[in-house]
Amino acid sequence: MSTEKEPLFSSKNLKLLSEPLGKSNPITVQVLGICSALAVTVKLKPSIVLALSVLVVMAVSNVAISLLRKMVPPRIRIIVQLVVIATMVILVDQVLKAYAYDVSKQLSVFVGLIITNCIIMGRLEAFALANRPWPAFLDGLGNAAGYGVILILVAFVRELLGSGTLLDMQVIPQAFYDAGYVNNGMMILPPMALVVVGVIIWVQRARRKELIED
Amino acid sequence: MRSFSNTYIFVFSLIMVTIVAVLLSFVSTQLKPRQEMNVQIEKKQDVLRSVGRAEDAAEADDKNAYINEEFGKYITESYVVDFNGNRVEADAFEIMLGLTAEIRKAREERNYPVFVYSENGGPKKYVVPVRGKGLWGPIWGYIALEEDLNTISGAVFDHKAETPGLGSDINTGWFQEPFTGKTIFNEQGEFVSVEVVKGGADPSNIHQVDAISGGTITSKALEEMIMDCMTGYVAHFKELANN
Repeated sequence: MSTEKEPLFSSKNLKLLSEPLGKSNPITVQVLGICSALAVTVKLKPSIVLALSVLVVMAVSNVAISLLRKMVPPRIRIIVQLVVIATMVILVDQVLKAYAYDVSKQLSVFVGLIITNCIIMGRLEAFALANRPWPAFLDGLGNAAGYGVILILVAFVRELLGSGTLLDMQVIPQAFYDAGYVNNGMMILPPMALVVVGVIIWVQRARRKELIED
Repeated sequence: MRSFSNTYIFVFSLIMVTIVAVLLSFVSTQLKPRQEMNVQIEKKQDVLRSVGRAEDAAEADDKNAYINEEFGKYITESYVVDFNGNRVEADAFEIMLGLTAEIRKAREERNYPVFVYSENGGPKKYVVPVRGKGLWGPIWGYIALEEDLNTISGAVFDHKAETPGLGSDINTGWFQEPFTGKTIFNEQGEFVSVEVVKGGADPSNIHQVDAISGGTITSKALEEMIMDCMTGYVAHFKELANN
């Protein structure tokens, strides 16, 4: 570890934030956290709330694990990580139930399932355990944002084409329906989320040749 | 890498779980009143929705106050009856909050809450809550009957975890609206409930509604739920209708 003090927003630290948005995106490149991306993206609102919840859980857990990194016995480190994540998730769930009841009903089991979100465990194990709190915090934010962006993008497409609404507001004008336009019911079903994610991955790889594996 | 003794690992774990336990129980007790209020508001809103009220609650500035006010204004009476139609000394709202436990009892031993809706002394509507088991988790609903205690004036259903896009559609308008106007007693005055028919109900049949294609188990569960919960009201309804 370097002894000299690094500026808070050094280019190295900023990379931690920006890379997960693009070339090491947890969903499209590392293909982690797909399960929840498929499940909650029927509508924009729950997707945004889930993205924010993951952001909070991830940033705080990353910092917590990073602070504890010298104290955690390696033999029980996975359990410690799980305890930290589970605690955060329960807190988020409780707060949602108290202050955003309708949304928490829509998300139902998925908030609880943040515990098993592979991205969080992955980042704790791969990054937070070996880095200081500030970079860990940025890494958490970056990865959660990378996850959230894809989630919201998929939800945008699915809600628009599947229900003709955005954030539950009608955006496709009635005239379209009168002219014979029909909402694509397939978009509401989970498999179409996979297709949308696939399209995003395709577009991303077509633009960034270095991501293409043989 | 530093090595840690077993004692250290034990002590570390003990301290960790203690801190977590204290933190979680503290937050839980702090937020509990708010969470319980949310649940109560939701139930009141569902009762109101079954009679076509409070549809615009989401736009209200203070949703909770709005629901409480509407509920106080339109739900003029609430009471509890037993299987034989006799009044029971109990708070209908309390019973409704604990209805999940109630339906585990035998039908004859349950308490049955009734909410009476009336707009400015106009015709009454009777709202009864129903609870049941869906495919993946609990399902529930509220059924409002017209003053004749036979015709359904409105029904709302919801679920915890039914299959999205299939069984989950029981909480949508297209599934719930056909219930309006159906009757629960046949011409002989026998209780027949409402049948949820796979493959499309006969529109002229006043005891049937469409099931959800692909959501057969949820549809059947919903039918059973209505049958199971409404049966207990039959004695009371007949008595009321005869007076």
